This record gives sequence, structure tokens and C-alpha cells, in this order.
Amino acid sequence: MSRQQLDARRMLCPMPVIKTQNQVAAMQVGDEVEVICTDPGALNDIPAWARINGHSVIDTVQDEDEIRITVRVGA
Amino acid sequence: MTKQHKAVALISGGLDSMLAVRVLQEQGIEVEGINFYTGFCVEGHTHAIRNHDKEKQKRNNALWVAEQLGIKLHIVDVIEEYKDVLLNPKHGYGANMNPCLDCKIFMVGKAVEWVKEHHKDGFDFIVTGEVIGQRPMSQRKFTMPIISEESGADDLLLRPLCAKNLPETKPEREGWVDREKLYDFHGRNRKPQIALAKQFGLHDFASPAGGCCFLTDKSYSDKLVDLWQARNSREYELDDIMLLKVGRHIRPSDEFKLIIARDAGESKFLEGYRKQYTSLHALSHNGPMALVDGELKQEQYPLAAAIVARFGKGRSAEEVEIDIATPDQQRQQIKTAPLSADEVLQEWYV
Ligand code: SF4
Repeated sequence: MSRQQLDARRMLCPMPVIKTQNQVAAMQVGDEVEVICTDPGALNDIPAWARINGHSVIDTVQDEDEIRITVRVGA
Repeated sequence: MTKQHKAVALISGGLDSMLAVRVLQEQGIEVEGINFYTGFCVEGHTHAIRNHDKEKQKRNNALWVAEQLGIKLHIVDVIEEYKDVLLNPKHGYGANMNPCLDCKIFMVGKAVEWVKEHHKDGFDFIVTGEVIGQRPMSQRKFTMPIISEESGADDLLLRPLCAKNLPETKPEREGWVDREKLYDFHGRNRKPQIALAKQFGLHDFASPAGGCCFLTDKSYSDKLVDLWQARNSREYELDDIMLLKVGRHIRPSDEFKLIIARDAGESKFLEGYRKQYTSLHALSHNGPMALVDGELKQEQYPLAAAIVARFGKGRSAEEVEIDIATPDQQRQQIKTAPLSADEVLQEWYV
């Protein structure tokens, strides 16, 4: 199992979703990716994208100007 | 047992593509969605930048539609490739800078490519929510075969909402889908779609007025053309086209334009660009964040400061102190009288 980070800071939705999707495509089931972003839209879009495509959001941390969303790759 | 057939559908986030997918799901077709991001897409979060839109649901409509339909959605970044579609549309533009017909051909063509790349997943055909006569430029009876042909999809492109008005496609001929259960919608009347949505129990869907992207918007198109003229070049980057969606754009000179936030939400958004653009904001009063696009020469500082002062709380004050910061954070403060409303000339507004 691997754990990666993805820097999507300053990107506007849907770019953080697209970057997450492309990264996940190159990962294995059970791997995790932590997406760091600044567009609050990602709080809605990344979980929606994960639900639709069979992945899960296992952690969300939001501080003043950064959001970290961890996605676990599903089957 | 007969093979279950699979289709990939172009999902814009609007009602039509949503219905097209539902119609096929009723026939037992497995559908996945594909959505292309050109950078110009009308999209919840850019609206949400402004304060008064905060209450609106901050959702990405394409993702929302996919979730309602229970289908996978693949979002494809086509920002770079789309430039050529916008700059050199073989079939021309619509009422504004929207190259709808070329855009449709491009997107269906990208779907054809995507299906080839994902041949292991075994997609049999491509689906769109197009309706004959729905849009003046791209959705006409004569444009339908043009899209099929020039995209390379040919008779593997099925439009379930108006299929009965069009020649039979392969999925119909081969009996993968039952043509009888497809529709014959046409024209601009949206009642049949609304009725069908009701029948399927779909509600709360988005219905964009003009089209699926900002290029159908007159004021957006004007700003885009102004940008190209001022730069003497039609090149653009993603930041350029995002910034056209935000703020008042005021061009007092050929050399530069000010992008002035209209509320706190936009100010915060523009703040994020201060390392790339020269920025101005009032120190002595509350006021908007402003960015400079182009070159602001030292001798133009007073004019730029006086304009920005006009849009803040100090507009009737005798003097407003404005901070001007270059991208490398060289700062200068200027005390100036704000321009009056009349002194901000109407022709400066882009
Ligand atoms: S409205 Fe925009 S996205 Fe939709 S077809 Fe026209 S150019 Fe393409």
C-alpha cells in the first residue's frame, strides 16, 4: 500500500478533481492519496467524485487556508 | 444470454444529457459519463466566488448528474487542445464567441478517442443529449450528420432524445437498443423534456439559460475579445480566462486594465493572484482588491490609484491612501483623491 500527496493548491474546481482522478488511475486498490487544495469547492466535489467512482474519502482536514482530503482507492 | 451493451455519454450537467442516459438505462444499457473541461465551462464554484451566490449550492453539475444517475464520470482536461477549437473554428462562431458546432465535433471526437484508449472496458457506442432545433448553432437537423461524420463517431453516435427524427444508427440497427423506445424531440420547447424528467422522478436539475459555457455570454465574450486586442495576440492561459469571470474590468489605457472586485468574495479570490499580478487596495478605507492586467508604468500609478479609490468606502473622501504592490512585493503608497463617477469614463468599462 502506498500513500502519496497531491498538490492542488490554487487550482479551481474541477481541476483538483481532475488531478485526483488522474493520480488515482495510476494507483492500486487500497492506496491513499492526500490532496491539498485551496478551493473550498473541493470539499464537495472530491467526495462526490469518490462516491461515484467507488473510492472513499477517509479524512478531511480544513484549516484557515488549506484543505487536505485523503482518498482511498477503491476497486 | 445476450451481451450487455455499454455506452459512454457526454455529460454537460444539464437536463438533456441526463435524460438521454436515463432513457438508455431503461433499456438495460450500461452507461458511463464523460465530461470535458475547457476552462470556459459554467461552473458552480466560479459563481460562488461572489457573496450573493454563496447560498446557491456549490456543486459541480456534471458530478451531481452522474450521482443521480448512478454512473461513473470521467472528467477530462481539454484546456490546451480546446484553444485551437476556439481560435480557429472551421464552422465559425455563434452569436458571441461560442464555436458551438466545432466544439461539439471536438468533444464527440475526444469521446471517440477516449473509447479507443479504454478499449479494454468495451464501450460500444457514444451518446449525447442533443435535440434537433434546440440550439441555434450546433443542434440543427443539418448539423447532426456533420457532427457524426467530422468527429469520426459516424453511426456509433446515438442521440436518444431525437433519434426518431434521424437515420438509424448502428446501436438501433443491431438491436442493442430499441428505436421504438427512443424519442423524437425537436425545437426549442422544453416541455417534453420537463415531462420526461417528471416521469423519471428527476428534479432539482440545472437548466443553464444560454448554453453550457461562458462563451455564449455577451459580456464575457466582449472581455475576451478586448484581452486579445490589447495583447495583440489571441493566446491565453487558464488564469486569463478565469479572471474574465470575476470583477469589473476597466481599461483606461491600451497598456493596462484593472480588474476590481465587486464584493468581499471576489476580493478574497483576487488576493490569491497577488504573486502573479500587480495589485492595488486602499489602506485608509475599506475597499476592493484590484489587479492589473498588462503593464502599469510608474507614471500611470496615480490614475490607477484614483480609479481604485473610487470603488471603495472612501469614494467621497478627500484623500484615499492606496497601496500598490508588484508581484515581487515591491510596495508603494499613493495618496490620491478618488475619481468621481463621471471621471471613470463609460468607454473604459470592458
Ligand atoms: S455553449 Fe460552449 S461548451 Fe456548449 S457547445 Fe457551445 S461552445 Fe461548446
